[in-house]
Amino acid sequence: METLTQSPEETEALAADLAGRLAVGDVVTVSGELGSGKTTFVRGACVALGVRERVTSPTYTIGHRYHGRAVEVSHLDLYRFEGVSPAEWGDLEPYFEDAIAFVEWPEAGEGVLPSPRYAVRLRHAGDGRAVEILEC
Amino acid sequence: MILGIETSCDETAAALVTEEGEIRASVVASQAELHARYGGVVPEVASRRHLELVTPVIRETLGVAGATLDDVDRIAVTQGPGLIGALLVGLAAAKALAWSRRLPLVPVDHLDGHVASLYLQPEPLEPPFLCLLASGGHTMLLDVRSHTERELLGTTLDDAAGEAFDKGARLLGLGYPGGREIDRLAQDGDPAAYAFPVARVPGLDFSFSGLKTALLYAVRDLGEEELAERRADLAASYQHAIVRALVERTQEAARQAGRDRIAIVGGVAANSELRASLPAAIAAPLSLCTDNAAMIASAARWTEPVAYPRYLALDAYASR
Repeated sequence: METLTQSPEETEALAADLAGRLAVGDVVTVSGELGSGKTTFVRGACVALGVRERVTSPTYTIGHRYHGRAVEVSHLDLYRFEGVSPAEWGDLEPYFEDAIAFVEWPEAGEGVLPSPRYAVRLRHAGDGRAVEILEC
Repeated sequence: MILGIETSCDETAAALVTEEGEIRASVVASQAELHARYGGVVPEVASRRHLELVTPVIRETLGVAGATLDDVDRIAVTQGPGLIGALLVGLAAAKALAWSRRLPLVPVDHLDGHVASLYLQPEPLEPPFLCLLASGGHTMLLDVRSHTERELLGTTLDDAAGEAFDKGARLLGLGYPGGREIDRLAQDGDPAAYAFPVARVPGLDFSFSGLKTALLYAVRDLGEEELAERRADLAASYQHAIVRALVERTQEAARQAGRDRIAIVGGVAANSELRASLPAAIAAPLSLCTDNAAMIASAARWTEPVAYPRYLALDAYASR
């Protein structure tokens, strides 16, 4: 089911709600075109998990690792990837260990990344966003 | 001399720098050409690439300088932030070299490195000054009080300025690197054609994701033909909005910190409108604006070395 949000705050609130259902080891993929609110969504979940660091786009840095209240949170972005080779998986794997992991632009990692527990899809809808959260 | 090694992101780099900050050699094995071929996507974003390159790059650095490892007094290496696997390659190479020669090792923060690019010859800058660090991965305002003290005054809340340029270029159907393409196209456009919003976030922070969305909406509303006609105006207006945000916040930060000198580092420092908008600002040469190892060796001049063999336990960090 899709939920329409009219502001970044509403998108963050949806993410916070999802965060309450996550445990260490869970993977959440976050898809959607440029500017659809992927980083905003991850930020909402991170804040709800007690992350106090700035949650910014990892497009260039590829991976961020944050400290939540009771859990570690990884924030990955495969925007610059074309598939994920075994060598690249070697670099990404540590981010999935002992953490809740959010993956933006997950398409390049299909079949290589661990199966997600939730798949979030965002799209532009008028001036707002349509957010779909699927349990996998 | 100090041997610097940098492998935090896409570039594998090594450099030899003297205690006085003179660069004897600086070698960067860049994937920029590969990027261009793949439209911004890196064929393989992996530490393996650094592993293949790190030894040849160090060897070439020594060769260019006409030096040997006997001339090296200590080894500086980027410890973070960056991709963990990539950082570990540089760190392991640095440890192995330092260990084999019983040299001290200096772990350097990548961001300190960017600031220290300003301390290199031939025109080293003396603190204090206000520094805008703007690249693909970072956008920060730093009050640099001395060679060893800096305070973070503001940072991006979402996208980095360089990332905003690259993603804007992608929305406009331009090539890579996006910053350069937008800069080039903007010369023929009207920066006032579109009023793109500059996000008003509190304090001295930046936000560029709303701007990206505004560009997306503007592009979406145009047909293919219309887009071709308006592309230069869109590029000019978009660039103007990014630069205005950077300039306004930088000047405000300098005012609040009481600094009369402004320096710009990072890849975005190459942008012509940014340079024109901050004419008094000091910018490092372009080769030192983007990732390199000379800046890491430079930072090591003011960073406490770790003595042999204690550094063997050092770990890389993805973020602070």
